[in-house]
Amino acid sequence: MKELILILMGGVLINNYVLQQTIGICPFLGVSKKTNQAVGMGIAVTFVMLFATLATHPIYTYILAPFKLEYLQIIVFILVIAALVQFVEIVLKKFIPSLHKSLGVYLPLITTNCAVLGVVLNNITDGFNFIQSIFSSLGVGLGFLLSMVLFAGVRSRMENCPSPKCFKGVPITLIAASIVAIAFIGFGGVVENLIG
Amino acid sequence: MGEILIPVLVLSVIAIVCAVILTLSAIFFSVPTDETTEKIRECLPGANCGACGYSGCDGYAAALGSKKETRTNLCTPGADKAAAEIAAVLGVQAEDVVEKIAYVACSGTCDIVQKRFDYQGHKSCLTANLNYSGDRLCTYACLGYGDCAKVCPQDAIDIVDGIAKVNTSKCIGCGICAKACPNHIIHIINQTSKVTVSCSNHDKGAVTRKACTVGCIACGKCVKTCPKGAISLVDNLATIDYEKCTGCGACVEACPVKCIKNVVIDCGK
Repeated sequence: MKELILILMGGVLINNYVLQQTIGICPFLGVSKKTNQAVGMGIAVTFVMLFATLATHPIYTYILAPFKLEYLQIIVFILVIAALVQFVEIVLKKFIPSLHKSLGVYLPLITTNCAVLGVVLNNITDGFNFIQSIFSSLGVGLGFLLSMVLFAGVRSRMENCPSPKCFKGVPITLIAASIVAIAFIGFGGVVENLIG
Repeated sequence: MGEILIPVLVLSVIAIVCAVILTLSAIFFSVPTDETTEKIRECLPGANCGACGYSGCDGYAAALGSKKETRTNLCTPGADKAAAEIAAVLGVQAEDVVEKIAYVACSGTCDIVQKRFDYQGHKSCLTANLNYSGDRLCTYACLGYGDCAKVCPQDAIDIVDGIAKVNTSKCIGCGICAKACPNHIIHIINQTSKVTVSCSNHDKGAVTRKACTVGCIACGKCVKTCPKGAISLVDNLATIDYEKCTGCGACVEACPVKCIKNVVIDCGK
């Protein structure tokens, strides 16, 4: 149990995909202008990561590994995740139209977002079993959501601040992102001591 | 041979399974969409401005498609063209759209309305207005920080000389700016209106006069001059009843402070 919590918290804080491993920067910079959009995107990513792990882990263990086809994992995972996102979108449209309306714009955007692909590949490389993989992707998803929401707050504050003309727009956004990333380094030794 | 065949087979099988699942789900979970609604949606301009009173073009199209809404002429941005197309889809008589336009009821530019204090806070009308009703001597005046310009979907509003100015060739009359203005001085008027009162000051004449030289001083000259009796004084401000106004322009001539103006609308709309 402790190990699962460590994996979860590790995904959220220490190995934060966006801020520590710089995976999934595109939605992080693209959709973080407004907090509600950032929340929508974060939840959609978490959702897709969970489903992607549920689908790809069994495929790896029961199809790719026995046939010694590990080298096919990237293309198979892209295929499966893309199909899965499409499937989820169709099902949402039918049964939960309101959720489809709020997540709908983001779902196609993250079909094979590198963070989603990254988490399923890393679960395999780290040798996680099925349950650990689920916790890991949940943690990474929540970490993505956390960094999106945090950064959306930073950006909304920045809009109202007079920044030097040469830094306006993208440059100041990138600088702010790097400062937020530095702040996350601080979590490096904290979590293990907190729980252990 | 097996080295190539097995990976190809595995990949193909996975792809085919995915394709079959997607196809089946598309058939079984398909959401029936109303054909009329989609056709109506195509007639609408897609500005999602909300001038029709619905959440956006999709909302209006759905309401029309499901017969909850019978008025085909609510879309001001789409104007007569959209109304005619919608009417054709629904098979009803097309009605003219009353085209609307935003109008800023203030003419107190920087040189006319002096500042009471130097406001250094956040550059937004909303916050400036919370701070002792803004920095202008006239508290009804346009604050000039451009909250309306920021929300305008058409970029039709500019801040010129410290007050908002509507570019009538771009304005689609959606009314988003009117909702954003903390002083409520932007009015949505019919494009057919000929004259407007460019002041929103409800103070008594003498007080208004001290703050602004072009503000309505509630002298009542226009009320007496108007041959149709279309103008009345409401709370020390001349107010035009557009039902009665014929646009003769007598009030424009009579107004001593020249705050009643002819509406100038750019062509090209």
